[in-house]
Amino acid sequence: MRIRFEKRLAPSRFMLVATPVASVVLTMLLGAIIFQLLGFDGPDAIWQTFVTPIVAPYKWQDVLTKAAPLIIIALGLLLGNQAKIWNIGAEGQYVIGALTGAGLAFAMPGAPAFVAIPVMIAGGIFGGMVWAGMPAVLRTRFHVSEVLSTLMLVYVAMQVLNYLIGGPWKDPNGHNFPQTPPFTAAQTLPHVIPGTVIPPGFLVAIALTLVFWVLTARSVYGFSVRTVGVAPSAARYGGFDASRTVWSTLMISGGMAGLAGILESMSQLGQINLGFPSGYGFTAIIVSFLGRLHPLGVFLAGLILAVTYVGGQVAQTVVHVPEATAGIFQATMLFFILASDILVRYRLRLVRGARRAAAAGAPA
Amino acid sequence: MKVEAPPRLELVGVSKSFPGVRANDAINLKVRSGEIHALLGENGAGKSTLVKMIYGILAPDEGQILFDGALARISNPRAARRLGIGMVFQHFSLFEAMTVLENIALGLDARLSQRELLAEFHRVLDAYHLKLDPRRIVSTLSVGERQRIEIVRALLLDPRLLIMDEPTSVLTPQEVEQLFETLRRLSAGGCSILYISHKLHEIVALCDTATILRGGKVVGTADPRRETSRSMAEMMIGANLKEITKPAERIFGPPKLETQNLSLPKPTEFGVSLKDVTLCVRAGEIFGVAGVAGNGQNELLSALSGETLAPGAEAVILSGEPVGRLRVTERRNLGLCAVPEERHGHAAVSEFSLTDNASLTGRDRMAFVSFGLIDPGKATTYASEVIGAFTVKATGPGALAGSLSGGNLQKFIMGREIMQHPEALVVCQPTWGVDAGAASAIHQAIVDLSARGSAVLVVSQDLDELLTLCDTIAVINLGRLSKTMKVGEASIEEIGLLMGGVHGDPSATIELTEQLHAHPV
Repeated sequence: MRIRFEKRLAPSRFMLVATPVASVVLTMLLGAIIFQLLGFDGPDAIWQTFVTPIVAPYKWQDVLTKAAPLIIIALGLLLGNQAKIWNIGAEGQYVIGALTGAGLAFAMPGAPAFVAIPVMIAGGIFGGMVWAGMPAVLRTRFHVSEVLSTLMLVYVAMQVLNYLIGGPWKDPNGHNFPQTPPFTAAQTLPHVIPGTVIPPGFLVAIALTLVFWVLTARSVYGFSVRTVGVAPSAARYGGFDASRTVWSTLMISGGMAGLAGILESMSQLGQINLGFPSGYGFTAIIVSFLGRLHPLGVFLAGLILAVTYVGGQVAQTVVHVPEATAGIFQATMLFFILASDILVRYRLRLVRGARRAAAAGAPA
Repeated sequence: MKVEAPPRLELVGVSKSFPGVRANDAINLKVRSGEIHALLGENGAGKSTLVKMIYGILAPDEGQILFDGALARISNPRAARRLGIGMVFQHFSLFEAMTVLENIALGLDARLSQRELLAEFHRVLDAYHLKLDPRRIVSTLSVGERQRIEIVRALLLDPRLLIMDEPTSVLTPQEVEQLFETLRRLSAGGCSILYISHKLHEIVALCDTATILRGGKVVGTADPRRETSRSMAEMMIGANLKEITKPAERIFGPPKLETQNLSLPKPTEFGVSLKDVTLCVRAGEIFGVAGVAGNGQNELLSALSGETLAPGAEAVILSGEPVGRLRVTERRNLGLCAVPEERHGHAAVSEFSLTDNASLTGRDRMAFVSFGLIDPGKATTYASEVIGAFTVKATGPGALAGSLSGGNLQKFIMGREIMQHPEALVVCQPTWGVDAGAASAIHQAIVDLSARGSAVLVVSQDLDELLTLCDTIAVINLGRLSKTMKVGEASIEEIGLLMGGVHGDPSATIELTEQLHAHPV
């Protein structure tokens, strides 16, 4: 008796939905066991990480605040991931987008809100696009893998950030901390929509989820992206240009990351400091895969990952698990979702009479 | 009483299943020593699965394989070779950048020194009157010569059973004759040959016995010399053959699709460059392009469809309008549709539904799109219409393209293009790997399209297909297109020579090609 993978005639829709759910459940189980073995209260760590942020209303604002950038960035990434053009440098585009928007704010200190806010947001999108445009040039002109160039540009972006907030843009009243001066009232958005727990970025995330839903499900562009990813020759035959797809998907993912960056700095921090790059750009990769590269899935996955961020902090204070807890859970989740992918295309079968095959495999 | 020697190979009740299909169902088969035994059947009948079990690539689920009367456990190809079973595959496994001898050395189980190997190599060449230069780099060889490497590789083992999988599909008529000589010599020396094909006249010319497979089962054994091609064909497809009906009098209109001195560099290192291709297909005409695989057919198709842009607009002309610099979608909107050779991943996306595959090429011509959005209702309706009009066997427009059989998917693809009413249609290998029923439906659809005034260009390696289907024919070799001939006036010998004749002497082949393919200025 042995287990064998057998190719399905068609990908299983049930598994497409069930495997992300199973990945979250398995992550919780495995997490409980590991933390128990490490000497913590394993079940409590899981409870605090995954459940407390959902059942405790005072945590909701936190969750939505964290979910907004994750969803916005992951929406941008899903098109590229569908086309198999891998932008893993959203973190850098997020930083450069925020810096571009901030630079514009400092350049026009007296502008009223109705000018400053749109200009900063447009600048954020533009900055992210420029940062993603470099890998696009390298890929379409010189065949440089975008996996390497996007990732390496993250580190360049970090150095740009360090330089600006420690040098030219350093806050003169900041007690020598590496940070920019605070944005003026005309340059900021509120933490939350007054009277609710919803941050403005989350509204943007909801709107963009709907836009991307239409884009992926109905538009010729979304169709072209899927075709390029699955069958490049068929895409060429169908009239879809491969390098145009490289450009457009990188521009969209870069622009979205830049948008998330500027929104975060305008509404939550009110400035840019050393702690600004918080890993959203990397976590969004997990969000896009956990969401099965579908806008609605990405929306839900963004909320789940936001829960683990907030819950990770709760578990730190309540169960005293280490700071890396949330990161461990997020990585475990990605491993499970990628590993369980095989179940969508293959089914497991128990096979009797493995003797002959075993004999065949033995050295002669 | 004289005891008869056991057969060289005997299969008893051999079965093999894959998810969703029973590829072989209780197959019984006997091959005597020195016999040339044909294994005949349509694509999907189970021929390849059966020989893969004999050669040890697949393990049978049930049944026994006896070799020289003894039960054989063939767990891998190495074990098969040890028994004396050799196989020449349809798709060669050769390293393009290495020499003939290096390729042969890599395929051998035994370790021989360079000198021993060379001596063995020449022994085989002499014994079977084969020509092959051991020092040539494979990428410079013709397909016929490449096949000879595989044959020599198999013969070096002194096989007692040689399996040949569709060996003639890539050969010129002259090369086919040479191959048959070799096979007859082998069989005279006592080697049995299991010859897989669906080309009936070859089997009549070559084989002693034919076993016919249909739907994974043996449906009959025949003596090819007593049967006609037609009677075996009907056993093979299990129904009466349908003839294509073609109007006797063919009337052609003005030129619809033309190329003028179309030249393109090689797309890749091992690709073929197009040289001065000039052709003209008129309204209502079916124009055939014959040639051995890999002589520029795919390059020509993508230059016509727009996947590769021509150097100048005038190089490709559609209904009098220069389109050489237009892209795929623009050409399609002007009425130039194309069907490339490879169904999966090129002409269709296996992972997509038929509806999405209808959108792949039909979205603009059939007006599925408004404001950049695809109307799924219109796409589904169109896919259903194609399925209905071309009797495509599928669960519906939502079926994945990859779930259809080759013949049904090809019917869908052809239908998708034909129902867009193209001014000109370019198709490559329209019936490659397609069952006989689907093939005749596709041929009929091409004839009907031309009767409605479209120009059709058919690229095929199957000369018989072109001669029955086309009005005019030209031959492509080394990226050059020959003069255009009327079908019926062109002789098979002449076409064979234009296809490259007998390969072996590259400089003479190039010279011959340049002479034969030269255009009158």
